Amino acid sequence: MTEHELRVSKIENGTVIDHVTGGQSLNVLSILGIDGTEGSVLSIAMNVPSGRLGRKDILKIEDRELSQEEVDVLSLIAPEATINIVRDFEVIEKSRVERPSHVRGILSCPNHSCITSSGEPVTPKFDVLPTGVRCAYCGTILRENLAEHLAKPS
Amino acid sequence: MDRRHLITTGELSRAEIEAILARATEIDEGADADISDFLLGLLFFEPSTRTRLSFEAAAKRLGGDVVDLGAVEASSVEKGETLADSVRVLEGYCDAMVLRHPREGAARMATEFVNIPLINGGDGAGHHPSQTLLDLYTIQKHHGLDGLTIGILGDLKYGRTVHSLATALTKFDADQHFISPESLRLPRDIRFDLHEGGATVREHTSMEAILPLLDVLYVTRIQRERFPDENEYRSVAGQYRIDEAVLADASDDLIILHPLPRVDEIDPAIDETDRAKYFEQSHNGVPVRMALLELLMEGSR
Ligand SMILES: [Zn+2]
Repeated sequence: MTEHELRVSKIENGTVIDHVTGGQSLNVLSILGIDGTEGSVLSIAMNVPSGRLGRKDILKIEDRELSQEEVDVLSLIAPEATINIVRDFEVIEKSRVERPSHVRGILSCPNHSCITSSGEPVTPKFDVLPTGVRCAYCGTILRENLAEHLAKPS
Repeated sequence: MDRRHLITTGELSRAEIEAILARATEIDEGADADISDFLLGLLFFEPSTRTRLSFEAAAKRLGGDVVDLGAVEASSVEKGETLADSVRVLEGYCDAMVLRHPREGAARMATEFVNIPLINGGDGAGHHPSQTLLDLYTIQKHHGLDGLTIGILGDLKYGRTVHSLATALTKFDADQHFISPESLRLPRDIRFDLHEGGATVREHTSMEAILPLLDVLYVTRIQRERFPDENEYRSVAGQYRIDEAVLADASDDLIILHPLPRVDEIDPAIDETDRAKYFEQSHNGVPVRMALLELLMEGSR
C-alpha cells in the first residue's frame, strides 16, 4: 500500500474528496459550508504530488456523507475531483463530480451592475455552460478564476 | 401562442416575431385592436420619453389606460425600497407592466415576483426587446428580414438596443457587421449568443470597407461618459459620424435607422433624404407595441 493510499483511506466513516485541483481545498470547504465549527474531524492535505494533476489536494471529512448534489458544485473549481464515501474504513461508493446544469448561491455575479448585486431578495443563480458559467439574470459569462467569485458566506 | 413576459429577444422564436410584425401591420392598416378594461403599469427607474410615451399611446389606442409610477431617479432607487417590492406593489394596480431599470437582469428578476405579463423596457446595458420589434418592423417594411446585410454602428458594448437587435437577427438570414471603436465592441455574452444562434460575428473598427455592402445602417449613440477624456471621445465620435460624404459609396437603397434620441452622430442634412427612416421607425413603436400588448394579454387571460 502506498503512502498516498494510506493518507486517503484511514477514516472510519465519512467522505474523502480526492483529486482536488491543487490549492483549492479551502474553496471546496467554503462551497460546502464547512468551517470546522460543526465539530467533525477534518483533515486536509494540500499540494500533494499527483501523476495526473501535478499537484492535488485531498480532503477527509469524518462522519459526514456528502450527497452527489452537494459535490457536483465542486466541479466548477475542481473538475477532476473524486468522491469516496467511507463506512467502516471501506470505500463503499466512489464517484466523479459531474457538472450540474445550474448552481445557486455558490457564486456571485462579477458584473457590478447586475441586479443580484444590489440588495434585492434574490439568490445569485448561474447556468453552467460547457466552458464557464452564466448569470441567469444579467447573462454575464464567467470562465476564468471562478474561485474568486465565490459568494461570501452569509 | 402563450407568452407571458418579454425579457430578451433571445427567447422569441422566429414565428413569434413574425406573428407580432404581421399583427402590427394589420393594426397599422386600420384593423380593430381592442382590449377593454386594460391597465398598463409603467415603472421607469431611468429617464425615458419615447419608450414610455409609445407604450402609453399603444395602451390608450387599445382602449386601455396607464398607471405610471412616475419618474424615479436612479439614485433614489439605491436607498429606497427594493425592486422586488416595487413590482409587487404595482402589480396590484395593473394588468401588465413595463419596467425600465439601470441594472442588468432587473426585468428577469422582476418576473419572479409578479404574475402579470412583464415587458423589459430596458435593463441597464442589457436588453430592450420591444425596441427591437419596431426596428425589425421598419427593416421588414423597406427591405425584408432575410437576405439582409446590416451594419450596426456605435456603442455596441453598452447599447442594449444593439444587443437585442443582433440577437433577434440570428433568427433570420441576415449578415451582420459590427462597427465600433475597440473599447466599445460587443460584450462576450452577446458574442456567445450570436455564435449560438449560428451567426458569424464580423467586427470592424471602420465602416469604409463594408459600407457599400449594406442594406441597413443602424446607428447608435456613443456617449461621452464611456471615455476617459474629452479628446479621445471627440476623435472617436467624429470618426463614426454619418454625413453625405461618408455615404458617398453606399448603395442607393441603403436606409439609416437609429433608436433615438440622437445627439450629433447623424448630420441633420441626412434627415431630408430617403435614407432617413429613424422618425418613421420611432412612429412604428405604437402599432408594434399594440400588437405586443395584445399578444401578452391574450396569453394571460
Ligand atoms: Zn449577473
